[in-house]
Amino acid sequence: MKILNLAGTEDTPKVILDKENELFEISGRSLPEDSAEFFAPILNWIEEYADDKNDETRFLFKLEYFNTASSKLILDVLSKLEEIEGVTVVWYYHEDDEDMQEAGEEFEELVELEFEFETY
Amino acid sequence: MKYIYELHRTMLDKDLILIYEGEITQDITKSVLSMAERNMDSYGEQSKIKRKVFNVMVECLQNISKYAVPMEETSDKKNSAVFMIGKEDNSYFITSGNPILSKNVKDIAGRLDRINDLDKDGLKNLYKDIIKNGKISAKGGAGLGFIDMARKSGEKLRFDFEPINDEFTFFSLKTTIPRKLK
Repeated sequence: MKILNLAGTEDTPKVILDKENELFEISGRSLPEDSAEFFAPILNWIEEYADDKNDETRFLFKLEYFNTASSKLILDVLSKLEEIEGVTVVWYYHEDDEDMQEAGEEFEELVELEFEFETY
Repeated sequence: MKYIYELHRTMLDKDLILIYEGEITQDITKSVLSMAERNMDSYGEQSKIKRKVFNVMVECLQNISKYAVPMEETSDKKNSAVFMIGKEDNSYFITSGNPILSKNVKDIAGRLDRINDLDKDGLKNLYKDIIKNGKISAKGGAGLGFIDMARKSGEKLRFDFEPINDEFTFFSLKTTIPRKLK
């Protein structure tokens, strides 16, 4: 399966989705002008992955900041992951960033997925 | 040229650290964010506060770039908005002003009043309800900006409408972020 690899910019996150090497990560800042457009290839990739998934998937979110439009799209990503068996979401937040911790906890309440929380 | 000095005095008197007047695009949003970030870094603001200011700024600027009404019809100016950040001893304030269609005043005022009536848990529930059941609008918004601004600041949103003419109204919004968090 092809690798989705996007370098982060000042308003879009870094994305690596690599089935072979078991890397699934979205990190950095997400405040694109058009969040739906930015997240479309990510959602497509996950849909394709669902048909030929690994036994286990550890999906990492290590976000420093995201805007509200991105938060809606992050929920869409989680909803797609929800349909895949063996997914664990690893939600990273800076140790003094209670807002990011809370955001992760709220997503956890909104979907049926196993969450692990890590600080950095 | 006295107005230059007067503007400078006003900025100092009102504790303004950044004023922008003009069109607000994504590129300008990024520039304004990085200026404000550098400014807060220069006096060693704690990262927690910086992130909250940053959050509110983004929602505020992107609201304007998505929803403000082009000014061509109201005057010879382009899509003109004003954006300001100020720093007081105990708080930051983020203020914006932009023209909107007068017919939308009632809807915006209603949404802001509803948000201001809610406490912390009420805001959280409203946020979760909209993120779950809402859809991204044609303009790319999630309908969560004001709620997020209220949640991140922990304060009421202040707003005002000044009629420009029958069709257009100038909408001002102010969010305060306490520098010492509860």
